[in-house]
Amino acid sequence: MTVGLLGRKVGMTQIYDTTGKVVPVTVIQAGPCHVLQLRTQQRDGYEAVQLGYLDRPRRLASRSSRGHVAKLDSKRQRGRAAAGVEAVSKAGCEPKRFIREVRGPVDGYQVGQELSVGVFSEIEAVDVIGTSKGRGTAGVMKRHNFRGQRASHGVKKCHRHLGGTGCSADPSRLFKGRRMAGQYGNARCTARNLKVVQIDVNNNLLVVRGAVPGPNGGYVMIQQTNKIRG
Amino acid sequence: MSQQLMNLVEKTSIKEQVPYFEIGDTVDVHCRILEGEKERIQIFSGLVIARNGSGTREMFTVRRIVQGQGVERKFPLQSPRIAKVEVQRSGVVRRAKLYYLRDRTGKAVRLKQRRVDPKKREELASKKGARG
Repeated sequence: MTVGLLGRKVGMTQIYDTTGKVVPVTVIQAGPCHVLQLRTQQRDGYEAVQLGYLDRPRRLASRSSRGHVAKLDSKRQRGRAAAGVEAVSKAGCEPKRFIREVRGPVDGYQVGQELSVGVFSEIEAVDVIGTSKGRGTAGVMKRHNFRGQRASHGVKKCHRHLGGTGCSADPSRLFKGRRMAGQYGNARCTARNLKVVQIDVNNNLLVVRGAVPGPNGGYVMIQQTNKIRG
Repeated sequence: MSQQLMNLVEKTSIKEQVPYFEIGDTVDVHCRILEGEKERIQIFSGLVIARNGSGTREMFTVRRIVQGQGVERKFPLQSPRIAKVEVQRSGVVRRAKLYYLRDRTGKAVRLKQRRVDPKKREELASKKGARG
């Protein structure tokens, strides 16, 4: 069964395990999430569970996002009902701020179902997907950990430059994949195989070992890890 | 809000009775040490010269002189490996970090003794959220 949830990164801290060793952990506020839609092979060509996290006030939500979670009356809907077309089932909840799909078989899920962090109770490790911290346009030293050039010994105005980028007349071009300066961060990023340390269903808290992409307060998607242990 | 959530998680690792001591105290730190299968207690005694961090990350630094050589050891206050911290003597200090002692040797390292009523010490230690 597909196991996934949406949440927000709260922050990092450290706790002690039973042997007295320090465990670096990230606290994630995960769920409760509503199942908004089920993607099926027959209808959509793939299987996934669409989840929604945190309510968006109705006055701020667009009509389409309101109509996505609840049944809205419209001329088109009335027309379709009159023609005998079966209406799509809706979750019947408030409009959501953060919506993502978790790929995998949908059996056992129903539209409108509420999921809590308890779904991870029997799971050892998870993958956490988030958007990494954006650093804007960054040079090669920051972006790719290049070493730059010397501070003295005749180096002029290119102390943080990358140096050579390849060969000369032959082949007269750069090879693809040459690492250079450019946009760094603010990209989808997955931290794989993070061990689940603690689950607090009452406070919707999931504690995992290690770091998670993004700033504190950033939205993240958590799912059962797909990493096969060797 | 997020700080409250963090505290909830950290609470599980924080001791119910945090050892009570102050900067300038001479203490015996009882550490649990694993030797193969066996566990034994090792004592490190010296002067508390600093405390830093908060919550589960709080550390304290103990300094002592071994064969004329200064030795400093930093302990995590909340670690279950720290069995207890016994205060042997209290000293008069006027700052929170006693790093100036590193530059001193011999008689100059001594601190003036501060007499603390044992009852008062207990009272302070049992106070909720006491931080030496």
